[in-house]
Amino acid sequence: MNTGTLGLYRPGTSPLHRARAGTKLLGLAALGLGSVFLTTWQTVTAALALVVALYAVAGLPPRTMLRQVRPMLFIVVFVAVFHVWTAGWVRAYEVLGVILLLVLAAALVTLTTPVSAMVDAVVAAAGGLRRFGVDPERLGLILMLGIRCVPLMSTLVAEVREAQSARGTRSLRAFAVPLIVRALREADAMGEALVARGVDD
Amino acid sequence: MATPRSTSRDLALIAIFAGITFALGLVPPLYVPISPVPITAQSLSCMLTGSIIGARRGGLALLLFLVLTAIGLPLLSGGRGGIGAFMGPSAGFLIGWPIVTWLIGLLTERVGAPYRVGAGLGINALGGIVVLYLFGIGGMILRTQMTLPAALLANAPFIPGDLVKVVIAALVAKGVHSAYPGLLQQRRTAGAGATVA
Repeated sequence: MNTGTLGLYRPGTSPLHRARAGTKLLGLAALGLGSVFLTTWQTVTAALALVVALYAVAGLPPRTMLRQVRPMLFIVVFVAVFHVWTAGWVRAYEVLGVILLLVLAAALVTLTTPVSAMVDAVVAAAGGLRRFGVDPERLGLILMLGIRCVPLMSTLVAEVREAQSARGTRSLRAFAVPLIVRALREADAMGEALVARGVDD
Repeated sequence: MATPRSTSRDLALIAIFAGITFALGLVPPLYVPISPVPITAQSLSCMLTGSIIGARRGGLALLLFLVLTAIGLPLLSGGRGGIGAFMGPSAGFLIGWPIVTWLIGLLTERVGAPYRVGAGLGINALGGIVVLYLFGIGGMILRTQMTLPAALLANAPFIPGDLVKVVIAALVAKGVHSAYPGLLQQRRTAGAGATVA
């Protein structure tokens, strides 16, 4: 299945792009665990500088980097005001610096790893969870079904919107009910297709 | 995915409701003059998914949605996604989604068919506001080291929108169950015994 155009992945040839998904995920986990030791503004700054440098290595422009943190602007401003008020600028910088660091580093993994490589890494990791009842093949199947549902639901949304504007209604309820009922019928068809392909019941 | 095994139809429903969660994120946010934050439709999904396909399938659908988001699909409102979404101050809300969906599904299954809007309102408010905010505000305190009152204040602007969603979700669930019966087990009535459709 073609998942190349669907994700947040930015194609490239940098060392970060070429690194294996599992390696990058382990590195990110290590950074997450290690971040508890970043307790001074100097170490936070050094770590932030490292991540910013890695964006340059990956060939990603500053605009892309800033876009990763923009959605949390409202909360970041609130947290900044709180910490400046109660503990001063340095404390505010340390707390927010670690959050920015982890968000930027995590986004870097996403930006340099195609969805298909992530799926493979997740399915491979699930092999180790077999004894806990996780079936990697079934996990791979449900991930593929879920990915398939993204363009499918985009189409349904467009259809329902069209029908809605024809009737001149704009309420969320008048949008959601037909959307979900149509989606349930799609699920019936999808379930039958799975049975036909020998996915057991 | 886990024991007990899901049927093919369950797998399809899980995938479709992960897709519905994405689709609700495509609804343009509603800006209300008195509130500093827009109302987004995506978080309706916990209440809708739980009250339409129940605890187990619903919880797995939202879990699938989070996994698909984490592996790099831009499924969150505004086209966001990736692992970075789970590192920010609001990650506790995301983590809470599958659990809240499971809880809403469990309580809705207890009430049984036909779906009752009155019960749905209470269930949605308990799961979608009280329990979800426990996760969201707990995560925010851990992540940002704010005090509880400050974290509560930071989230207060979202409450009016969430109350609106409690009502919309119950009405939509009622509409869907009427148009597509059979997803919920019939309510057991005292004396009459089990009347399973």
